[in-house]
Amino acid sequence: MSETDDVGCEQALRHLVEFIDHELSDSDHDSVERHLRTCRGCCSRMEFESRLKQRLSALSTEDVPSTTRDRVRNLIKRF
Amino acid sequence: MTISKDAFETQVLAILGPLHGVARRLTKNEADAEDLVAESVTRAWRARASLADAGAFRAWMFRILNNTFISERRKALARPREELLVEDGDEEEGAFSIFERLHQPFLLWFANPEQEFLDKLLREDLDRALAALPEHYRVVVVLADVEGLKYGDIAETLDVPVGTVRSRLARGRSALQRTLWNVARDHGVQASRAADTHG
Repeated sequence: MSETDDVGCEQALRHLVEFIDHELSDSDHDSVERHLRTCRGCCSRMEFESRLKQRLSALSTEDVPSTTRDRVRNLIKRF
Repeated sequence: MTISKDAFETQVLAILGPLHGVARRLTKNEADAEDLVAESVTRAWRARASLADAGAFRAWMFRILNNTFISERRKALARPREELLVEDGDEEEGAFSIFERLHQPFLLWFANPEQEFLDKLLREDLDRALAALPEHYRVVVVLADVEGLKYGDIAETLDVPVGTVRSRLARGRSALQRTLWNVARDHGVQASRAADTHG
């Protein structure tokens, strides 16, 4: 993609995951974003994939068992 | 400059949550996860001279965790590393998208079956779907989607090219959505009409 490209649905969907992951160049990100503003179908898809990613990232907030934390602390003390 | 013991401890404790989370998803077992974290921390301390940039501690530590997991598995299974890393083969059944299964473009704006699907998914459904992924996909999906690592950091963590991260991520996410779809069907979450239509 280049900055001047008008991105169609096929191209936008191909880059959608990288768009959500913020892994596109600024110009490619802007191109996909422009398409999403005008295409309800692709925008819905983007919202769905983003929400699923958010659900997955929420799994990261799990607590560490105190036994694991104590074991690591004691381990490092002995280094 | 080699990292001090105090700085090492501070950095390890700061990322212990994600570290333990990834270990738990790799081993699928609480006791093994704790062992993996402990062994990784020990190896990291021994290899502290290889940490070139203190700002890269997180990716460096994840890399050691992953390598420790692979080497421990290799020992346990007496299999070579290559078999554990299963290169991107042709075991996939083709790209799968929950959205494509559920989306109905002509529904009124307030009817949103794909959103309802997500709302009804439980945390344990996501846990189960992640656990069901093949190992080489699970680790990439966990690092990208659960822990939020950038593709470049994942590539460094796994010692693979960024292109490999992209392709494993695409296949891993597709497999995850397929499993979530099946989990949802088992729990009766899927809209029956969509399930009937697509099987």
